[in-house]
Amino acid sequence: MDSLNLSKFCIRLGDHCLIMAHRQSELCSNGPFLEEDIAQINLGLDLLGQAEALLIYAAKLEGGSRSADDLAFRRSERQFHNFMLTEQPNTDFAFVIVRQYIMSLYLLKTYQVLSKVEDETLSGIALKALKELTYHERHFSMWINRLGDGTAESKLRIQTAVDELWMFVGELYEEDALDLTAQKALYAPKGEEMKAFLMEQITAKFTEATLSVPESVYMTTGSKQGIHTEYLGFLLTEMQYLQRAYPDAKW
Amino acid sequence: MSEVKDTQGQLWEVFIQTKKGLPFKHFGSVHAFDKEMAIQNARDLYTRRGEGKGMWVVPADAIVAVDPNNDASFFEPADDKIYRHPTFYELPDGTKNM
Repeated sequence: MDSLNLSKFCIRLGDHCLIMAHRQSELCSNGPFLEEDIAQINLGLDLLGQAEALLIYAAKLEGGSRSADDLAFRRSERQFHNFMLTEQPNTDFAFVIVRQYIMSLYLLKTYQVLSKVEDETLSGIALKALKELTYHERHFSMWINRLGDGTAESKLRIQTAVDELWMFVGELYEEDALDLTAQKALYAPKGEEMKAFLMEQITAKFTEATLSVPESVYMTTGSKQGIHTEYLGFLLTEMQYLQRAYPDAKW
Repeated sequence: MSEVKDTQGQLWEVFIQTKKGLPFKHFGSVHAFDKEMAIQNARDLYTRRGEGKGMWVVPADAIVAVDPNNDASFFEPADDKIYRHPTFYELPDGTKNM
């Protein structure tokens, strides 16, 4: 892949991590109990670290006209390429768990492939992230089991979250020109391979947790062109507040 | 005042081994509803800064402790028996973690 495509590729992956990290940060002091609150923020920080590494590398590949901070804080909604799933709000704890569980699987598969590429920066980022994501999957899948196979109320809540979020899953294995370029260079799994992996994992987990996998439903599309749900704008308003109000403010 | 019910689960004590070969030390406690959750919560609370290479969690009520109001008979008789300390020997050079 040439550096222009590679930088776009890193921005996409970095955007998924950055937006999820912000969603996780919103849970700070709002977790169901202290230990879980800290765990959720921890996992959010892992994602922020991955986002930072990826955006720094993307900025470098672009030639240095923009910094990683510019990428995070000076782009508008239409310039973000995170999946719509990642920006979905923390409606309740079940929504957090379902969103993060599915994205953990996606990132696991993505980093598994990336850990084997020749580009040493990317394979280094991926190898480190793989360890983090292995734990994320473990933590979130534990909650899928607990809530799904828990009380009538917890089951209702998590099945509702699954049903509401399911239409955003299609984007995770959709392919556009950049994906095909990345796949050709062996930087990303094929869409059908990603889909098979996700469905296999999710079906097994949901069966164990006595949840049902939604039947074929309408799947949204658009984040690869910068089209998002209404929630991203509000998220960015908060995340980018400081740089918008005080441009070039330094810590 | 009505009694507030604790809904955070059982209390677990956390023991961490900072280096392979060293003894496990008590680090603190966590709340959790079962073993799996206890070890995950302990990981997120106590090992985020690279503190550990090994970890145990133990249900707090499984620990047998000396009654703090009645500890004199347990510990004080040892106070005046310094000959039980191996302080009259010289340690060989290179001995660590005695």
